[in-house]
Amino acid sequence: MQITVTVNGAAHTREVEPRLLLVHFLRDELRLTGTHWGCDTSNCGVCVVQLDGQPVKSCTVLAVMADGREVRTVEGLAGAAGLDPVQQGFSDKHGLQCGFCTPGMMMTCRALLDRNPDPSDTEIRVAISGQICRCTGYENIVRSVRAAAEMERAARVEVEEVQA
Amino acid sequence: MQVPAQFDYERATGVRHAIALLTRYGPESRLVAGGHSLIPMMKLRIANPETLIDINDLDELTGISITDGALRIGAMVRHAELLDSPLAVEHFPILVDAERVIADPVVRNRGTIGGSLCQADPSEDLSAAFTALHAVAVIEGESGRREVPAREFHTGPYQTVVGDAEILVEVRVPIRTGSGSAYEKVERRVGDWAVAAGGAALWLDGDTVGEVGIGLTAVGAAHFCAPQAEDFLRGGPATEERFAEAGRIAAEHVRPTADQRGPEDYKRHLAGELTTRALRRAAARARGSEA
Ligand SMILES: Cc1cc2nc3c(=O)[nH]c(=O)nc-3n(C[C@H](O)[C@H](O)[C@H](O)COP(=O)(O)OP(=O)(O)OC[C@H]3O[C@@H](n4cnc5c(N)ncnc54)[C@H](O)[C@@H]3O)c2cc1C
Repeated sequence: MQITVTVNGAAHTREVEPRLLLVHFLRDELRLTGTHWGCDTSNCGVCVVQLDGQPVKSCTVLAVMADGREVRTVEGLAGAAGLDPVQQGFSDKHGLQCGFCTPGMMMTCRALLDRNPDPSDTEIRVAISGQICRCTGYENIVRSVRAAAEMERAARVEVEEVQA
Repeated sequence: MQVPAQFDYERATGVRHAIALLTRYGPESRLVAGGHSLIPMMKLRIANPETLIDINDLDELTGISITDGALRIGAMVRHAELLDSPLAVEHFPILVDAERVIADPVVRNRGTIGGSLCQADPSEDLSAAFTALHAVAVIEGESGRREVPAREFHTGPYQTVVGDAEILVEVRVPIRTGSGSAYEKVERRVGDWAVAAGGAALWLDGDTVGEVGIGLTAVGAAHFCAPQAEDFLRGGPATEERFAEAGRIAAEHVRPTADQRGPEDYKRHLAGELTTRALRRAAARARGSEA
């Protein structure tokens, strides 16, 4: 059947089988391979993307269920101004080693900061508790998100000062 | 790579439309809500529906509100929304306790209340919580709506009273004064299904137990409830000794099975201990004296 999914702001129309999973639609049809594909059982969280702004495990969503909806993937994080603060935070604080979990981690952390601009370490740990990282022991991921929150806070202060 | 077998896909635009589609496509069609139980089963080819009817657009099934003296929770409410609901915190904290330990935050963005109850997994958490609360399920079919008590909703593992061409619309929990409720779960790791879990709701009349509900999951309790322990408590004083005895009675009547989450005697022990702990916390909440 024909579906149109808006991915990172651009509408994509494709003919797909109803059984195609969103993760494979993104990777194989749209060639957006930043979203990884891991356990296939909605446990590991490497396939997390945002669906209408909410982080979801895309191995357990049908592409047809995303018809007419908005998806944001890791490719949609960086903007004209450069890296998203979450990406910058992961880079600055070594929030990754092998990088396999990183796209999913960043999409969840982006959504967390959008909802809660100043999360505690515990809130960060809870938010990523459905995602597995075998390299960092999570410590550096928490630091990365704190750093991103700090960057965004500083940017807000700057905007306020300019406005004042 | 896990891929479901082929199927057709339809998107329902309303409850009546969903029922019409279920009627048209017959028993080989299935509703899909969050899809977080059904899609994994389809990937493993344990479920092979010929037609999937997507109910994610059904606004009629959303929202949490107080309606006619009851907390009303729409079938399409996601776990994340119930967890964050101030109405649930205020009236039935057992629901918030349970939601906090259901799966993980990303799964909770997708999985729904209705899907959880209809999946009827014997380790499902909300079934035990709603059983403890004496909740009522509202089911709609071609001939209209009917109400079924939560403890008559499940007819066996993965089986409910919802008919082939019916849809669970909402769950209602009557609000009465003097209530306190709590949920206790033991899991191997964050996000996992319960080794065992128990919930309790108490409606106190001074220091007397006016009404009580005990829900148990993952321990082979018929209809997720512990009626013998409830009967023991009802009408008597709400004391620590009696909560301990109620736990003992509950443990005596469960029929757990050994699996990778633990042996039978351990699960039986948990059923009793978690019942007692949930009763203790429910009573403290009813008295407004939670530590
Ligand atoms: C990794 C993981 C961990 C989990 N851990 C837990 C846990 O610890 N505790 C727990 O309780 N659950 C757990 N779950 C299950 C989770 O809560 C599911 O989301 C839930 O069981 C099903 O909800 P759903 O909306 O995804 O249902 P779906 O998968 O869409 O549907 C499930 C079934 O219900 C039917 N159905 C759905 N909605 C309706 C309706 N309104 N009327 C009639 N029939 C309907 C469908 O046809 C299907 O048969 C876990 C799931 C995953 C993936």
